[in-house]
Amino acid sequence: MDWSALRLSLELAGWTLVLLLPVGILIGRWLARTEFRGRPLLQAICALPLVLPPTVVGYYLLTFMGARSPVGGLIDAWFGLSLVFSFPGLVLASLLVNLPFAILPVQRAFEAVSQELHDAAACCGMSPWRVFARVELPLAWPGVLSAAVLTFGHTLGEFGVVLMVGGNIPGETRTLSIAIFDRVQAFDPAAAGRMAALLLLISLVTVALGYGALDRRARRGAGQS
Amino acid sequence: MLSVSLQHDRPGLALDFDLPPGQLSAIVGPSGSGKTSVLRALAGLLRTRSARISLEGDIWADTNTGIFQPAHLRPVGFVGQKYALFPHMSAIENVSAALLHLPGVERKRQAQACLDAVGIGGLAARSPSALSGGQCQRVAMARALVRKPRLLLLDEPFSALDRSTRKRLHVELKRLQANLGMTVVLVTHDLDEAAQLSQTLCLLRRGRVLQHGLTSEVLRRPASVEAARLMDFSNLVQAQWIGADHKGVSLRWGEVVLRAAVGPLSKPGAPVSWTIRSSDVFLVKDGHPDESSLGVLVHARVTEVISMGDSVLATVLVQGSGGEPLRMRLRPGAVRRHGVHVGRRLRIAIHPKAVIVLA
Repeated sequence: MDWSALRLSLELAGWTLVLLLPVGILIGRWLARTEFRGRPLLQAICALPLVLPPTVVGYYLLTFMGARSPVGGLIDAWFGLSLVFSFPGLVLASLLVNLPFAILPVQRAFEAVSQELHDAAACCGMSPWRVFARVELPLAWPGVLSAAVLTFGHTLGEFGVVLMVGGNIPGETRTLSIAIFDRVQAFDPAAAGRMAALLLLISLVTVALGYGALDRRARRGAGQS
Repeated sequence: MLSVSLQHDRPGLALDFDLPPGQLSAIVGPSGSGKTSVLRALAGLLRTRSARISLEGDIWADTNTGIFQPAHLRPVGFVGQKYALFPHMSAIENVSAALLHLPGVERKRQAQACLDAVGIGGLAARSPSALSGGQCQRVAMARALVRKPRLLLLDEPFSALDRSTRKRLHVELKRLQANLGMTVVLVTHDLDEAAQLSQTLCLLRRGRVLQHGLTSEVLRRPASVEAARLMDFSNLVQAQWIGADHKGVSLRWGEVVLRAAVGPLSKPGAPVSWTIRSSDVFLVKDGHPDESSLGVLVHARVTEVISMGDSVLATVLVQGSGGEPLRMRLRPGAVRRHGVHVGRRLRIAIHPKAVIVLA
């Protein structure tokens, strides 16, 4: 068992979740409530990682994050940080790849909060920020929870983009899914099987906890009735 | 005084009216007349192309000076058609949500007192999904009133309720309004509801004011053909203007000469529309002791009789009138006494005070 790969996978999923969820809530809410000309294009950009092969996403990330690219060069010059084949680069790639998982469920949840409720909240004297915090966010919470579960679970299992951007550096970029691939390549099916079973278990528990929380909330709602 | 002047494109609005303070005013119109948009503009939920809204001198919106108070800064209470209770909050939390400027304990105390006042204090812990339509309406009303607004806006708040609950809540709204002396604007498409509840009536159609004034006056005397249609005056008849004197206006309807107590001046022979309530067309029995006081008496033939529960709707063709039928609403007793049936010839009276000449 490659414990460092497990730790790296959990760290990557954790960082992605912590950094991406607030962004997903803000962008999801903005897309749900604001009409503007470029909205379809922005929605398409957010959803693109769902339909593109991971190798294509990985290729472009490599191209834009490499030390010879303007972006990679600037980050290297300012922070002395190489984004390619490093953990920060993996986090950045993971943030971009998980955009649709963090935004789409949240957007749908905010869209389901009716205009009448917004109007009622405003006429109760609530400022736009209070309407968001007291009415919109609590009602959109199932969507936020779904986004969190999907983002965390998807990051744990991400393979293609991680391999393209991070390679296979033990303790730095070798996540559990890369380690499984590595063990299979090395004709070590026993180790690959153990790690695959562990990844399966963690993913199952993550998704089951998410569904459990949604069920508890639904029961609490019904219990008040 | 609540002064409202609005111009907007989508939906189209071009209106200007004043409503008296401390009274219940109704805005009535068919679907698409813009009545809900007017209410949303009053609440600060709709920003119109041009607006001037003020309540007793306080300007809430004025596009000329760039003033626009958003909804959360206006002292208004709003109850919508669907009540819009926050589904994740209990009844008392819904009411408390309008008091977020107060400390928690005081918020809860005032919210409970307001729920008690609307008669559902015992249901404070219930979620909206566990309340009936009438109970939801009361919670919404408590939420709108708890901030002690200067203006209460009601957007068809009774439309989803059954008849008995609606009648009960009508009485409670009248009582509440009388006790609080608050300016209330009720939007409805139901003229009967407006007639029962409001002191002032504003009739809207396609974003314009058709007629505006005391409810009793507006309902008694529509000012235009459109207003009469909207108020369900079933007798809308074409005639010619003959002349005017100190007793009123004379009209020629076919060969029949009618008199109206009031009416506009026009040119002799000019076409004019007139109307009369179906309940203001009376049957006259032979040998009536004072026929001259009844107005113009004409002969008519009954062409249709429809029983409508506690009244009967009879359609008659007036002899010499040119073929336009008149509808009469009669009591079942009168129908029996006069033997009203299809083909029966009758005498009817059209009193000058009942004839309304339309613009």
